[in-house]
Amino acid sequence: MIAIIDYGAGNIKSLQFALTKIGLDAQLTTDPDIIRQSTGMILPGVGAFRDAMNTLTEFDLPEVLRQETSKGKPLLGICLGMQLLYDKSYEDGESDGLELLRGEVSRIDHSVKVPHMGWNTLTHHNEDSLLNNIADNAYVYFVHSYAVSSYIPDDLISSTQYAGTVPAIVRKDNLMGMQFHPEKSGAVGIQLLQNFGAMLS
Amino acid sequence: MLAKRIIPCMDVDKGRVVKGHKFRNIRDVADPVELAKRYNEEGADELVFYDITASHENRPIFLDIVEKTAAEIDIPFTVGGGIRSIRDIHQILRAGADKVSINSAAVQNPALISESAIKFGSQCIVLSIDAKQTGPQKWHVFIKGGREDTSLDAIEWAKQGEHLGAGEIVVNAIDTDGDKNGYHLELTKAIAGNVNVPVVASGGAGSDSHIAEVLTKADADAALAASVFHYNKIQIPELKDYLNQNGITVRR
Repeated sequence: MIAIIDYGAGNIKSLQFALTKIGLDAQLTTDPDIIRQSTGMILPGVGAFRDAMNTLTEFDLPEVLRQETSKGKPLLGICLGMQLLYDKSYEDGESDGLELLRGEVSRIDHSVKVPHMGWNTLTHHNEDSLLNNIADNAYVYFVHSYAVSSYIPDDLISSTQYAGTVPAIVRKDNLMGMQFHPEKSGAVGIQLLQNFGAMLS
Repeated sequence: MLAKRIIPCMDVDKGRVVKGHKFRNIRDVADPVELAKRYNEEGADELVFYDITASHENRPIFLDIVEKTAAEIDIPFTVGGGIRSIRDIHQILRAGADKVSINSAAVQNPALISESAIKFGSQCIVLSIDAKQTGPQKWHVFIKGGREDTSLDAIEWAKQGEHLGAGEIVVNAIDTDGDKNGYHLELTKAIAGNVNVPVVASGGAGSDSHIAEVLTKADADAALAASVFHYNKIQIPELKDYLNQNGITVRR
């Protein structure tokens, strides 16, 4: 069972529908016991970084996520959920993240339209099982105003171009992030979720 | 490279997709969930549902359609019509929609845009503007389905909408809507040139070339249309081939 961390952020039903479609059992939850019983965790997210961290903290979830991932359990952060994996964000001031991945989150440059909204292409950097059957230049759906701006190059699996290089898929062992919405990215997104599902035991 | 988006729009009345002309003469077209599935398979980049009745007693039927659609499609979709409160927005997003489109209610209560953008994030708050020409290079915002002139300047309202936190702006040109003679290029370009959020053109699509035109000459980020898609006057795969041949980046 995949635990989808349900901390009240926007549309997460679509994610559950997408997982169900490919035969993965998923449960929306904030219950630490259910999260501990899961085989994998997804941290979704839309909205503001600081609010999201505050809500996670209210439910004591940062500690649970750190404990579970330290045992090697896969965690996939989607959109804001990916940004939350990092050390800190400069959205509305400065806020600490979950500090699971090294790096920071900043606003997308004002030289382009913000939010970065729509279908953009992936450029792969590292070989990874997450990219099984995902073509270079495949389109996925992005919608975000902030992006990971500093990161460890080895963690970058795939990127897109929008006022520079935007990390699109990142991974360090069992910690993974997708800046776009795989549940809204057609057949490509479904394949990416399947690739994540294949890691779960 | 970021692709230009093609967005079929479905007006939903009492559980059915309908089509009117200049907001009048409503005709029944199809089942919304089935039509949404078809567009998803044909390569639409997003979908829009507009609840055109938006009466209180019909709301549960509409929410049920939103949820059933979310279960069937794997592309983003926006829901508009009758959204007046944070609670309405919350309900729509929880039912599985990705964005909400706010029109009349934003004019009457601009704080709805700012409050919802803070609560749910700008990326899911779309400001929809019905605009009608009132003079050279001059457009007013109309509300209540195009029946009431607010005397607000459409360009100023778009700028204010961005400032309040809308993450996208839909420009619906009342003058060209339903005529299938092309989008209102002047209006679309004027708004796209004055905001730094994505702009969706709406009202007037009749052919592939109209869509190419609004995406290039008027700098729209996306083109929205209804009946040309419902009645297969424009087929999405052929449209995308055409746009690609004309040097416009689209997802295929």
